[in-house]
Amino acid sequence: MPPSNNQENWTMIIRPRRGWFELNLKELWRARELVFLFFWRDFVSIYKQTILGPLWFLIQPILTTITFTIVFGRIAKLPTDGLPTFLFYMAGTVLWSYFAESVNKTATTFISNESLFGKAYFPRLAVPFSILLSNLFTFAIQFLLFLAFLLYFRLSGASVRPNLWILLLPVLLLLMAGMGLGFGIIVSALTTRYRDLRFLVTFGVQLLMYTTPVIYPLSSVPEAYKPLLLANPLAAVIETFRYAFLGVGTLNGWALLYSAAFTTVLVMIGILLFNRVEATFMDTV
Amino acid sequence: MTIAISAEHISKSYRLGAIGGRTLAADLNRWWAQVRGKPNPHTKIGGSDHGNRSGEYIWALRDVHFQISQGQSVGIIGRNGAGKSTLLKLLSRVTAPTTGVIKMHGRIASLLEVGTGFHPELTGRENIFLNGAILGMHRAEIRRKLDEIIDFSGVEKFIDTPVKRYSSGMYVRLAFAVAAHLETEILIVDEVLAVGDADFQKKCLGKMDDVSKHGRTVLFVSHNMGMINSLCGRCILLNKGGITMDGDVATAINHYYGDGIDTPYSVNFSGHDRTIGDAYATLLEAHIENENGTPAGEIDIRSPFFVKMRYTIRQDIHFEPIPNFHFYNSLGQCVFISSTKQPVVSPMAGTYEATCVVPGYLLNDETYLIGLALTFVHSGVHVSFFEQSALAVIIRDPIEETIDQERNGYSGPIPGAIRPKLKWEVKKIL
Repeated sequence: MPPSNNQENWTMIIRPRRGWFELNLKELWRARELVFLFFWRDFVSIYKQTILGPLWFLIQPILTTITFTIVFGRIAKLPTDGLPTFLFYMAGTVLWSYFAESVNKTATTFISNESLFGKAYFPRLAVPFSILLSNLFTFAIQFLLFLAFLLYFRLSGASVRPNLWILLLPVLLLLMAGMGLGFGIIVSALTTRYRDLRFLVTFGVQLLMYTTPVIYPLSSVPEAYKPLLLANPLAAVIETFRYAFLGVGTLNGWALLYSAAFTTVLVMIGILLFNRVEATFMDTV
Repeated sequence: MTIAISAEHISKSYRLGAIGGRTLAADLNRWWAQVRGKPNPHTKIGGSDHGNRSGEYIWALRDVHFQISQGQSVGIIGRNGAGKSTLLKLLSRVTAPTTGVIKMHGRIASLLEVGTGFHPELTGRENIFLNGAILGMHRAEIRRKLDEIIDFSGVEKFIDTPVKRYSSGMYVRLAFAVAAHLETEILIVDEVLAVGDADFQKKCLGKMDDVSKHGRTVLFVSHNMGMINSLCGRCILLNKGGITMDGDVATAINHYYGDGIDTPYSVNFSGHDRTIGDAYATLLEAHIENENGTPAGEIDIRSPFFVKMRYTIRQDIHFEPIPNFHFYNSLGQCVFISSTKQPVVSPMAGTYEATCVVPGYLLNDETYLIGLALTFVHSGVHVSFFEQSALAVIIRDPIEETIDQERNGYSGPIPGAIRPKLKWEVKKIL
């Protein structure tokens, strides 16, 4: 008997183009195991075999902080809201690098995983999510280092006052992760069309840092420019972080809410765009 | 009967030269030139700047249509560039078709490579989990089968050692062990068995055979016709992006070897309406003989064979005729040309037979087309006749017999226009 064609119970239908909103959430949810395994893989390859691997994550923020302290604190004499310059810069650096690393790494999702993606199908979003997780681990190490310095400064009598706002830390991290992911996957989706875009990313992220109060406090910015600066959704996150742990900074609920809304929209656009190019990107990479 | 896979008129086109992507800089340049009314700076000189660029696309697959019922094992064969890999990529969802729809019923797993995602720093055990997850297995499923997988791989002693310390054999065994335990209803397998030693391959083949007998649908791509023959009940032959043949395995394999072209191993031109040749010489007939002197179209890769051609010299010429044979592979590349000088005798007019002995262990296992020619070098080159692709010879490599000696235990395809047996010396020097 010839097979009948009016069978309706297909498990999967592969079409030339995926619709904008054709997100297979069930499949994505199932890929969470894969997210964890990729994270585990990256973790092992960094930490299991080398001593320098994890050490590097400690050296990096310290060196950056020292450089910032000398260049922006001593030479340029930028104000730090009266906080010890070292702690001020370290707080900014540690949180900022979580965002920066997340953007830089997720932006090359398709290009750096080309050989893997070419050989097997799994929800590609598992990769950027695992990058967020890996970076979160790095952040945790650097954050502990920051806490150690914080404790040291406090014991030696510096005027830093960690307060209850530190309970917001998970929210702040979520926002940073969301923006890192959002920007990163939008770029990664666009790099399937324009390859040179990825060179712009590192550069763009660097520029973005100067328009975010990482190396200067928001309070030092002239009133006229403040709205402009607060339009940067990262500003409120950094300021809140510093306020929570060091006790000085600009706390602005509306700005934070704006960040949250921005992040939500960004992540949504990112996922939709990523989902759309995912199906055929192998042809162009 | 339930259909497991239904491929409905699928086509796939690739943009030529698109690998590497375009650059934003180039697109901006193009746009800026357009704004200023200048010609596109990226157009090749001499080329026209047409808008649709359809000339830049190639069709890797064109209107491929088939259905596979649940429980069938189907082999997909075809020469390089026939579209096999593209078809597999579409079915595996690595990329999407340009047009057409593929519908599937049941969980699907595809093996385009053994050990996809293996990381050298991870232990064997960790890699089982990672590779299994990439292939679509659940954690619980992997955990349930872990012992069986480790057992099958035969590397239990080193299962907690990073795989970078494995020998390549152990690596492949472990990787295949994971793949062999996939439990999906549909399994798509690319030429993955082309690695590993012969014993392990047999074990894997056994496992795959098991699998296909359990009501699972298997799609199997291979150059190894022996494997296709023993594993599949149906075979699809692809050629230049389309299906040439879809039916029983033996017929498809025959088509594959003959390439679907009726190039014979023996031709007779005497009955032709047109004479092949000129005033000096005409071609009469030609054929291929095996080492026993019997006309044959298929030659064992290890045996010599003869290419014979008969022709008539029509005048008493005083310069030497040069019969020559041109060997082309299936990609149309000239593999070699062989010629000789026929001594001048008196009287020269008459019928001659030229025989060329092609030694065993020279050609590869594929179909070669032979062009027949007779030329003279006399105040320049004069060609009396050159009949292209007049004969076809199929060189066969019986893998069952050659696997140990000639192939050193390797059963996969051996690329190359020729496959000569050369003299080797390996000695200990330190």
